Amino acid sequence: MADAQYAIELRNVTKRFGEVVANDKVNMTLRKGEILSILGENGSGKTTLMNMLSGIYFPDEGEIFVNGKEVAIRSPRDAFALGIGMIHQHFKLINILTAAQNIILGLPGPQRLNMKKVCQEIDALTSKYGFELDPNMKIYDMSVSQKQTVEIVKVLYRGADILILDEPTAVLTPQETEKLFSVLRNMKKAGKSIIIITHKLNEVMEISDRVMVLRRGHYIDTVNTKDTNEAQLTDMMVGEHITLDIDRTQIDETYRRIDVRGLTVRNHEGLKVLDNVSFIARSGQILGVAGIAGSGQKELLEAIAGLQHAESGQILYRAPDGSVEELTEKTPKQIYDMNIRLSFVPEDRLGMGLVGSMDLTDNMMVRSYKKGHGPLADRKAPRHLAEEIVDKLGVVTPGISTPVRNLSGGNVQKVLVGREIASSPKVLMVAYPVRGLDINSAFAIYHLLNEQKEKGAAVICVGEDLDVLIQLCDRIMVLSEGTVAGIVDARKTTKEELGLLMTSGHHEGEDEKARAEEEKKRQEALRHE
Amino acid sequence: MIIITFIQQAIVQAVSMLFGATGEIMTEKSGNLNLGIPGIMYMGGISGLMGAFFYEKSTENPSVVVGVLISLLCCIAASMLGGLLFTFLTVTLRANQNVVGLALTTFGTGFGNFFGGSISKLAGGVGQISVKTTASGFRAEIPVLSKIPIVGDILFSYGFLTYTAVILAIVCTYILTKTRIGLQLTAVGESPATADAAGIHVTRYKYVATVSGAVIAGLGGLYFVMEYLGGTWGNNGFGDRGWLAIALVILALWSPVKAIWGSLLFGALYILYIYIPGIGRAVQELTKMSPYVVTIIILIVTSRRNKPEEQPPASLGLSYFREER
Repeated sequence: MADAQYAIELRNVTKRFGEVVANDKVNMTLRKGEILSILGENGSGKTTLMNMLSGIYFPDEGEIFVNGKEVAIRSPRDAFALGIGMIHQHFKLINILTAAQNIILGLPGPQRLNMKKVCQEIDALTSKYGFELDPNMKIYDMSVSQKQTVEIVKVLYRGADILILDEPTAVLTPQETEKLFSVLRNMKKAGKSIIIITHKLNEVMEISDRVMVLRRGHYIDTVNTKDTNEAQLTDMMVGEHITLDIDRTQIDETYRRIDVRGLTVRNHEGLKVLDNVSFIARSGQILGVAGIAGSGQKELLEAIAGLQHAESGQILYRAPDGSVEELTEKTPKQIYDMNIRLSFVPEDRLGMGLVGSMDLTDNMMVRSYKKGHGPLADRKAPRHLAEEIVDKLGVVTPGISTPVRNLSGGNVQKVLVGREIASSPKVLMVAYPVRGLDINSAFAIYHLLNEQKEKGAAVICVGEDLDVLIQLCDRIMVLSEGTVAGIVDARKTTKEELGLLMTSGHHEGEDEKARAEEEKKRQEALRHE
Repeated sequence: MIIITFIQQAIVQAVSMLFGATGEIMTEKSGNLNLGIPGIMYMGGISGLMGAFFYEKSTENPSVVVGVLISLLCCIAASMLGGLLFTFLTVTLRANQNVVGLALTTFGTGFGNFFGGSISKLAGGVGQISVKTTASGFRAEIPVLSKIPIVGDILFSYGFLTYTAVILAIVCTYILTKTRIGLQLTAVGESPATADAAGIHVTRYKYVATVSGAVIAGLGGLYFVMEYLGGTWGNNGFGDRGWLAIALVILALWSPVKAIWGSLLFGALYILYIYIPGIGRAVQELTKMSPYVVTIIILIVTSRRNKPEEQPPASLGLSYFREER
C-alpha cells in the first residue's frame, strides 16, 4: 500500500514515444504541503512525466498514487477530479476567447453563462494574489506574460490541490517571479502541494523544499533543498561539472551596423509599443536588450526584420563597405534581395521560426528554397546543413526526417539558431535564445552567439536573465514600456542598475516630473553616443 | 404585386439553405469541415419522402399528424446516419475530412436519386410520387395570421419548417454565444488540444456537434421535398442548394443568426433572373452565379478586415490525436 502522506507517488513509470524512451522507470514522491522542484536538462523527460500526471499522456508502465490511492489518469478531466492542475510551458489558451472564458473552460456549472459573476470571482482572485489581469481581454491581444497570468489564474480558479508549473518563471521579470513565489508560498501554507519545473538553480534553492533530478529520462535522486547546493545539483543534473563563466571576447574594431532613430510602432489597438526608440548596434558586439516582458522587445526586432509597420523613425543598415541602406518599411524579401544577411531567431520558435510538421531538412529549405536550378529545389544542401547542425550542436533527434515539433524545446532552438547562423549573418537578432533550455544547451547557444560576434556580426540579443546578459553582452539597452530607459556598458553595470532601469517607466502621478527629467537626461546621453 | 411574390419566393428558396448553413456552422464550430452536407440533405429529403410514401400507401385514410411525424423521424434518422458515418471516419478513424465529405456528398446524391427513382417506379412513373396528405401538413399555413393582407403573405404564409429554420438559427446562436456548451464547442473547434487539457471531452463534442449539424441540414432536404416540391421527387432537383448552404456559412461568418439574412440574400439572388424582365439566356446564367460572386466578395472583405473572431475555427479540417505532439 502506498503511503497516504504523499499527495502523489509515482512508481516505475515508463513512457515511450516510438523509439525514444522519454521516461524510464521514474519514481517520484510529492509530500502534502511541500514545493518540489523537478530539475533536468532538455529532453530529460520532465514535461512528459508531468503530462502523465495531468492526463495528456498515459504511462506505458508503472503506477500512480494520489493521496495513497492508486489511480489511472486517462484524461485531463480525471486529473482535475483528483485536484491536479497543470500550467503548461506552451500555453493552452483559445486565442479568440477572453481571459475569463478561457478560465472557465471545461468547468461544470449552469448552462447559461454569467460572465459578470465569473469576472468578479476572477478579480477577487487576482487582487488576492496580486496579479494584474483584465478578465475581458482577448487572448490574442495579450503578451506572453499576460497569457501566463491567465494560465495560473485558471488553475487557481479551479482550486486545485496539486499544482504543476512547467517553467513558470521563464517569461517573468524578477519582480513578477517574486510575486509568483509569494503566491506559491501562500498556497503551500494553505496545504497545497506544488511541483515546479525550472532550470534556474537559484530559484530551485529559493522556493523548493525538495529537489528531484532527472537525467535523460532516468530518475537520479531526490534531495532536501537545505542539504544541497547549486554545484551539487548541477552535477546531478548534467553528470559532469560545468563552470558558469561565459567567455566574452573584446573586439577592438567595431563599426556601426544598425542605426535605429526615433522608431515608433503602434500595435493594432493603436497603443504605442515602441516610442521614439534610438540606438546603434555595432559589428563585433552583442547588444543585449533587457526589459520586463512586453516592453516592446518583440516589436523592436520585428520592425528591424521588416515584420512590423513603423509609424515613424528610421532603421539604417551600414554595410561593411560603407554604404548606407534604409531598412524602414522594407519587407523581409526586399531585405533579402538587397543582399543584407539579416537573421532573426524569434521568440515563438514553432510559430514564426520553424514549421512544426516539417522535418529538419525541409525546415532548412524554408530559408533556401529559392536556390537550386530551374523549377527544382535543391534538397542536397539543406540536407547536409541539417546533418551538420545535428552533428555540431548535438541535436537529440531520431533522424533528420523527424518533424521538428516532435523534438524537445532545446533541440528545436538548436535547429533554429543553427539554421539562422548558417548564412553567416551580418546582423543576428535573437529573442530569448535560451528560454526553456538546459545549461549545456544554453552554453552552446552563448558560444554560437559569441562566435558570430567574433566573425563581425552585430548581434542583438533580447534576454530575460540579467546575470546572463551582463556576462554575455558588450552593451545592454533597457526598454521600459516601449521607451529606451538607458543603454549601459555590460562590463560595468550591475543587476541592480538594470532592474532599476527596467522599472523606471512605472512611475505614477507625483513621479511624473522625475520621469520627465530622466527622459531629458537619457536623450542627452543618446546624443553623446 | 410582383414584389410580394418575389419576397415569398426568396424566402422559400432561403429555407433549405438556412437549414444547411445552420447545420454546417454547428459542425464547423467543432472543427469538422463536413462537405458531405449537400449529400446529407439529399439523404434527409428522400428518407422523409420514403417514410411518408410507404405510410400513405399502407393505410386507407392516412392522418396528417402521423404522416408528418413519420417523415420527420425518417429524415432525422437518415441524416443522423450520414453525420455518424462522417464523424466515425474523420474523428475515430481520423480520415481526411475533405475526402470523406466529398465522398459522402457523392454517396448521398446517389442515395437520393436511387431511392427516388425506385419509389417513382413503385408509384407508377417519374413524377408520380405523391404524398399529398403528409405534404399538406408541411404546407399548412398559419391560420388567421396568414390572411392579413401583405404582412400575412410575406410573414405567415409558410409551413412550420420555415419557422423551425429561423428558430433553430436563433437557438444555435444563443447556444454558441451564451452557454457553457457553446463556449466549450468553440474551444474544441479552435484548439482541441487546449480543450482537451481543460478537461473537455473533445471526441464527444465533435460527435454531438457534427451529428446534430447533419440532422439540422437534413431537415433542409425534407423542407425542399415536402414544402417546396409538395411531396414529390425529381432526380437532382435539389441542385446546388447544398453547396450554397456551405458558401452561406462563410457569408454568415459562422453565426447562424447572420445566416438568416444571408439565406434571404442568397434566396433572392437565386431566383432573381426570373424577375428581371427581358434578359437573355446568357445573362440569366450569369445572374445565377451571383450568390457565389457574393461569397467571394465576402471572403475578400473579411480576410482584409482580419478580425480573429470572424475567421473560420482555427482547427477546421484537422483531426485531433492527443498523444501526437
